[in-house]
Amino acid sequence: MAEKKSWLPRWFYQLASPRWCYEFMGRLLPWFGVGTLFLLVAGTLWSLVYAPADYQQGNSFRIIYIHVPAAILAQSCYMLMAIAGAIGLIWKMKVADMVAKSCAPIGATIAILALATGAIWGKPTWGAWWVWDARLTSMLVLLFLYLGVIALHSAMESDTTASQATSVLALVGLVNIPIIKYSVDWWNTLHQPATFTLTEKPAMPTEMWLPLLVMVIGFYCFFAVSLMLRVRNEILRRERRASWVRALLDKV
Amino acid sequence: MNPKRKQRLFLVMFIVIGVSVAVGLTMFALSQNINLFYSPKQIAAGEAPIDTRIRAGGMVVDGSVKRDQESLTVYFDMTDYESTVTVEFTGILPDLFREGQGIVAQGKMDAQGVFQAVEVLAKHDENYMPPEVADALEAAGKMPTPEAEVFNK
Repeated sequence: MAEKKSWLPRWFYQLASPRWCYEFMGRLLPWFGVGTLFLLVAGTLWSLVYAPADYQQGNSFRIIYIHVPAAILAQSCYMLMAIAGAIGLIWKMKVADMVAKSCAPIGATIAILALATGAIWGKPTWGAWWVWDARLTSMLVLLFLYLGVIALHSAMESDTTASQATSVLALVGLVNIPIIKYSVDWWNTLHQPATFTLTEKPAMPTEMWLPLLVMVIGFYCFFAVSLMLRVRNEILRRERRASWVRALLDKV
Repeated sequence: MNPKRKQRLFLVMFIVIGVSVAVGLTMFALSQNINLFYSPKQIAAGEAPIDTRIRAGGMVVDGSVKRDQESLTVYFDMTDYESTVTVEFTGILPDLFREGQGIVAQGKMDAQGVFQAVEVLAKHDENYMPPEVADALEAAGKMPTPEAEVFNK
């Protein structure tokens, strides 16, 4: 039977093959590993030593170089988790389910990092560790969504059912992402408006935002590395009965 | 895309859009409750409840800070460029507190129309800059100041 030509590119179907993904990620990993190491070391040195201090906050401002990348990444990671979950629901793609599952613990950790650095920054600048304003609260909701996804997944015996349930939860929680992003524009909050936007030039001078950009890209690379490591493990676990995995394990 | 997948795609879109609409309407209905603080304009218009613990936010008016010589009590005016509220606070102010700084105070309006604060938090903006740049801007009179819309949403 002649195959109907699909409107989706070939790589999309290649992504559906756990084996292809496993090998592809294996090839990407060293590059991203080196990139992460380089960017994070360079970014940390640059931001902690060479970037200028803020005129009002002095050196306590430097926590921005951890806080902002962590907060951006926590939201991106959630979007990836929801999109991967949707692909898993629609196309029944096992690899997408594995990506969605692997995103949750990484995202939760990053969200905790963003909340913790925010609290540490809040004490000396605002005068409070925590305020129930819209930005902080919606970020806390994001953390709870991650924890909910993790808990729901581990509460279910079958991987397929668990993935379906968590994908639906992730999709429902997706509404929180624009709320986090626009909370500072929609409502009166203690939290300041966005540091980085895609459309506008940042309000800070170049010598301050350039190291921040390096840190953001470094965090993304770090995320890519930890996600690929987790997904590769997940592929091996779920495909343990496949002949290629057995052959691979026999070699070890 | 086969019909089955199309159906599931619509289901996923239905979930996302449905939840967004539901949450959006809820947020819209609750918008005033989500605001962390009332602006001086809202307080002047009587929108803020009297004798209830509320938060008020605004800019500290230049030259309005008066410190009591015997105690830790501070008086200052807070504005959103439309209305002004006088605040009384006893305690330690955050390091960032200064004239021209955005703040959020928690407390109550008293009968004299003075805001009796029990907590003062400093609100900073996203205009981070090195001290030299700040000095240069200050000298040129081009220092960015928080706009009224920061406190009136």
